[in-house]
Amino acid sequence: MCSTSTTTSPEISTLVEKWRGKKGSLIMVLHELQNHYGYVPRDVSLQLSQQLDIPLARIYEVITFYNYFKLDPPGKYTIAICLGTACYLKGAPDLVDEVKNLLDIGEGQTSKDGLFHLDVVRCLGCCGLAPVLSVNGQIYGKVKRSEVMGILSKYKKED
Amino acid sequence: MISAKINGITVSVPEGTTILDAAKKVNVKIPTLCKHPDLPATASCGICIVKVKGSNKMLRACCTPIEQNMEIITHDAEIVDVRRTVIELILSKHPNECLTCGRNGNCELQTLAADFGIRRDAFPNCVPDLKSDISTGTIVLDPRKCISCGRCVTVCQDVQNVWALSFLERGFDTRISPAGDINLGESPCVRCGQCSAHCPTGAIVENCEAPVVWQALQDPEKYCVVQIAPAVRVAIGEAFGFEPGANLTGKIYAALRRMGFNAIFDTNFGADLTIVEEATEFVTRFTTAPDKLPLITSCCPSWVDFMEKFHSDMKDIFSTCKSPQAMVGALTKTYYAQKKRLDPKKMFLVSIMPCTAKKYEIRRSKDMFASGVQDIDISLTTRELARMIKQAGIDFVNLPDEEPDYILGEYTGAGTIFGVTGGVMEAALRTAYDYVTGGKLSHVEFENVRGFSGVKEGTVQVGPHTVKVAVAHGLKNVEYVLNKVKEAKMTGKELPYHFIEVMACPGGCVGGGGQPYGVTDELRAARAEGLYDEDSRCVIRYSHENPHIKQLYSEFLGTPNGEKSHHLLHTHYIARPEYQR
Ligand code: SF4
Ligand code: SF4
Ligand code: FES
Repeated sequence: MCSTSTTTSPEISTLVEKWRGKKGSLIMVLHELQNHYGYVPRDVSLQLSQQLDIPLARIYEVITFYNYFKLDPPGKYTIAICLGTACYLKGAPDLVDEVKNLLDIGEGQTSKDGLFHLDVVRCLGCCGLAPVLSVNGQIYGKVKRSEVMGILSKYKKED
Repeated sequence: MISAKINGITVSVPEGTTILDAAKKVNVKIPTLCKHPDLPATASCGICIVKVKGSNKMLRACCTPIEQNMEIITHDAEIVDVRRTVIELILSKHPNECLTCGRNGNCELQTLAADFGIRRDAFPNCVPDLKSDISTGTIVLDPRKCISCGRCVTVCQDVQNVWALSFLERGFDTRISPAGDINLGESPCVRCGQCSAHCPTGAIVENCEAPVVWQALQDPEKYCVVQIAPAVRVAIGEAFGFEPGANLTGKIYAALRRMGFNAIFDTNFGADLTIVEEATEFVTRFTTAPDKLPLITSCCPSWVDFMEKFHSDMKDIFSTCKSPQAMVGALTKTYYAQKKRLDPKKMFLVSIMPCTAKKYEIRRSKDMFASGVQDIDISLTTRELARMIKQAGIDFVNLPDEEPDYILGEYTGAGTIFGVTGGVMEAALRTAYDYVTGGKLSHVEFENVRGFSGVKEGTVQVGPHTVKVAVAHGLKNVEYVLNKVKEAKMTGKELPYHFIEVMACPGGCVGGGGQPYGVTDELRAARAEGLYDEDSRCVIRYSHENPHIKQLYSEFLGTPNGEKSHHLLHTHYIARPEYQR
């Protein structure tokens, strides 16, 4: 079921028209939206639901199933922490805890000031440096829990 | 036919039968958890695994069709061990809160843990940190207790077509959530409670309001009144070991009196009144305002909510009649209060309903305050009443029957069949027939609106007129009926129906979301039979011939659909947003 009273913005209608009736249209449209906004805003999902006649429940099932799609706007800095086997064993869960505590956010969330976003990932491709944390692609290896604060404050200052 | 062996016992079943059902046939019970007899298998839990001779693979009995000459082993040491591990793994993610859980004593997971003799936490307990959601005021969703069986999702999406529930995330993080990750109360949820009736655990239960009722009953200042709905009387017995469908009306009256209610009424009286109002409305529209046809019944609050959210273009052809519960509510605090010289502000009216949505209905609009105060204070489900009777130490099984109180308690056979799909239509047709032709039906039973097929269509000869009717239950089935109406209206073609009855729950109120757990089609049929049987034994089977209804009109209301009726017994509809956020 889907019928909402929100009006649809022109970009979304164009996107929907481009993919309508094609196989996998929902995923394709979501991809384009994710790339455009950096996340899939709720009101956009609602409009999409109406346009494609797909229940919002289904759209959210898809969005949350794939790590690629985000529901929150990205932070200015994306912190990625690897929880792959090597990093996990070398204490990466501690790093995740520390970031969560310091920024008061959960996995996949963005801090209130919009500065940091935390992602937990499977591998950053440098297991030799485990445990690994990256900020906007900049890799930090063999990180200790006590060092997390220092790394974050560097970016806070830059801002 | 397929012939195979289960634990060495020969079984012969139609092609396509699952191993699970074939085993049932030879009295072998394979344990299940995610599979509900009502719903297609999601095959998510793995507890029903069995072995096939000659293969070392284990198969899920709930979703695997049995094949010719298969030799199935359902129980051996290894199988039982695997099942135990499955349970232990589920328990490792499940809160250890049985004693304070709404399903304590009738939880499917708890029962399995007991049957398998689980005596320890085999794995470290890691319960997800998720919040409980009570935003609908009718059901409580506690996602921590969810075992991801998918029953509620199937019911909400495929049976009810509401799509208020879905799974979010995946793997270990999978969680049950309202659509779009908001509160259930802000989602399209129509509070039918079918999710709660199908959930195997305490992850979705009714919002239990028994404590408020106990408090009122102990308050010497309060005059407590209660009404019971049609479908409650043929289902509550299941909680006390009666045969399904046993009609326990007299015992319920007696139990309620012992609990301390000052007056005991019957929603069946309200059903008779609804019929008088609705049949009048129908005859008026049929003869003078055909543009306001088809008339669509409005006694199911989930259906009303569904219409207001998804089909508000239909709101002008909806019957304006309130539901039987709401009619009794308005009259208790006006008519009855005046008769008994009671202050409505000091009255406390409780309804016992088979339904969770009735908890919502009592506050759904300002029309529910027709007496000047909230007409109905609390609406309880059958399940809540069963527990209260047990708490009160009442020996329900051996309780002698009693009668309801005067005057909102007397009912006809037409009133009692309100509790089953097709019953409202049948009751209304009986009265409408009399109104139009001035004569009696030779046969009051309308077989073509009975039974459990999702949509029932038929025509009824009412004097010179052919009346076309449709009955739908299970909200998904509504779409077919409404689409036909919309199409006819758009193209200016002849209407497919003049009168439509809808009940949100499969089977109607007998299968309501607040009824005892474990409902299946057999159970629904047994409950329905209990009501039809009572109808057939009633001396009066026309609502408008209920002597107390006649008295009510002559003493108080005046005429059906008159001014006073409109004020007290009718309501309005608005378009509501599907999502509030
Ligand atoms: S109460 Fe009904 S509509 Fe609401 S979530 Fe449950 S099944 Fe869906
Ligand atoms: S909430 Fe209940 S019915 Fe729904 S998936 Fe979880 S355990 Fe199953
Ligand atoms: S009952 Fe068969 S997989 Fe759950």
